[in-house]
Amino acid sequence: MTAVPARPADSFREVLDASDISRALTRIAHEIVERNKGCDHLVLLGIPSRGVPLARRIAAKLSEIDNSHVPVGSIDITMYRDDLRLKPARALAHTEVPPEGIDGRVVILVDDVLFSGRTIRAAMDAVSDLGRPQAIQLATLVDRGHRELPIRADYVGKNLPTAQSEAVHVKLTEIDEQDSVVLGVDAQ
Amino acid sequence: MNTHMKAHLLSTTDLDREAALQILDTAEELARVSDMPIKKMPTLRGRTVVNLFFEDSTRTRISFEAAAKRLSADVINFSAKGSSVSKGESLKDTALTLAAMGADAVVIRHSMSGAPHRLAHADWMDAHVINAGDGTHEHPTQALLDAFTLRQHLGDHITASAEGSTGLDGLHVAIVGDVLHSRVARSNVHLLNTLGAKVTVVAPPTLMPLHTDNWPCEGSYSLDEVLPNVDAVMMLRVQHERMDGGFFPSAREYSQRYGLTVQRAATMPDHAIVMHPGPMNRGLEIESRVADSPRSVIVDQVRNGVSVRMAVLYLLLGGSESALGDGAA
Repeated sequence: MTAVPARPADSFREVLDASDISRALTRIAHEIVERNKGCDHLVLLGIPSRGVPLARRIAAKLSEIDNSHVPVGSIDITMYRDDLRLKPARALAHTEVPPEGIDGRVVILVDDVLFSGRTIRAAMDAVSDLGRPQAIQLATLVDRGHRELPIRADYVGKNLPTAQSEAVHVKLTEIDEQDSVVLGVDAQ
Repeated sequence: MNTHMKAHLLSTTDLDREAALQILDTAEELARVSDMPIKKMPTLRGRTVVNLFFEDSTRTRISFEAAAKRLSADVINFSAKGSSVSKGESLKDTALTLAAMGADAVVIRHSMSGAPHRLAHADWMDAHVINAGDGTHEHPTQALLDAFTLRQHLGDHITASAEGSTGLDGLHVAIVGDVLHSRVARSNVHLLNTLGAKVTVVAPPTLMPLHTDNWPCEGSYSLDEVLPNVDAVMMLRVQHERMDGGFFPSAREYSQRYGLTVQRAATMPDHAIVMHPGPMNRGLEIESRVADSPRSVIVDQVRNGVSVRMAVLYLLLGGSESALGDGAA
């Protein structure tokens, strides 16, 4: 076997465009209402960075569907990671618990990509230090497989079969000035 | 010999603007921990932090202890009184003992300037060293918590910097009192300047350092002239042991010329805040009514001390390698 030639930078292909993302989030919002029989007692917590705008978008859709206000916040999981000692200390992101709090509510964690599951494990630890929710659910825009922990999502925008070596990048207008999900191989 | 070097926090002159802001920004996020129902994060589980205090300082020690415990580190308090040190053990032997016990970080308070530097660079042990005050040299975490408090209270008066980060640009801070012997003043002069503030040190001639040419600040002998132009005034503690050294004519005269009285505080701009590193001599360097007035942010300084020390511990110990400090030993 010869070495795999370096792929060109444009080897990434788009797997979801802006309207796909919007439809996926609309469906997730409907599933949330259906599963929880309404929006009372819900709180959405986005995982920085891209989980936060996704949580806001889902909340906006929930208020259209159910005509109710769902509190949105963010939860930084850096201090709860299990791989902290493998990399230099990182900057922290913002944790913002809505004024309604999380005690007795159904917390829906929102992330862009579900991969090993380690981020969600850390997020669940972080949530339990903030209070005692009635339940924790998980919404993710993309589930790319390769779980390393017994964790699954309750709401998935798109199941995306991937190779371990591939990378999934979610771009959102709030951060990246466009809505797109691309799959490919990062340049080494 | 160690091949990989550990980073330390020995002096605020080791911190560039980026590193200082990283500590303040991290502290800002960690400040929320004190509002959480469970004031603890698992980040430093299994790490050992030794508080090595050769000088009494209950306030600084418990602040570091609270910070380390909120990050789940194990804390060992080692105070010189009643220990092997009072039996004549050298700093080196103490260091070797701590190394053998597996200390990951040593927080050191020492009456000799330079002791933390010696501990960090003598190759006696393989731990991060944090200077918690050495002689008349430096007290970097005090300066960091002061900078944090300034940023917290004076946000509206800070000029936006070119690259978009929020430092202390445009602020004018007076540091008043025994500047000559003050490690708090030294650490603050450098850090506040790094963050873009203008600093004026105010002291009687006997307590003004002779060689401040390389200090990035101005000097004045008159508190009354400086006060109307400041955003914050930092009152330094008068050390009673200096009273007999010919530095002060008398406590009464010092208080009259350099004490922050109600009348003097009234000459400050409305938004200006009053700070003190504690413990205060009420009635000497600061009048009680000023210390308890709405201008006073002294209690906030104490609270912020825990957050800032958590940030320093996290950035030094939290990752595979330190995110700050003078890495090259």
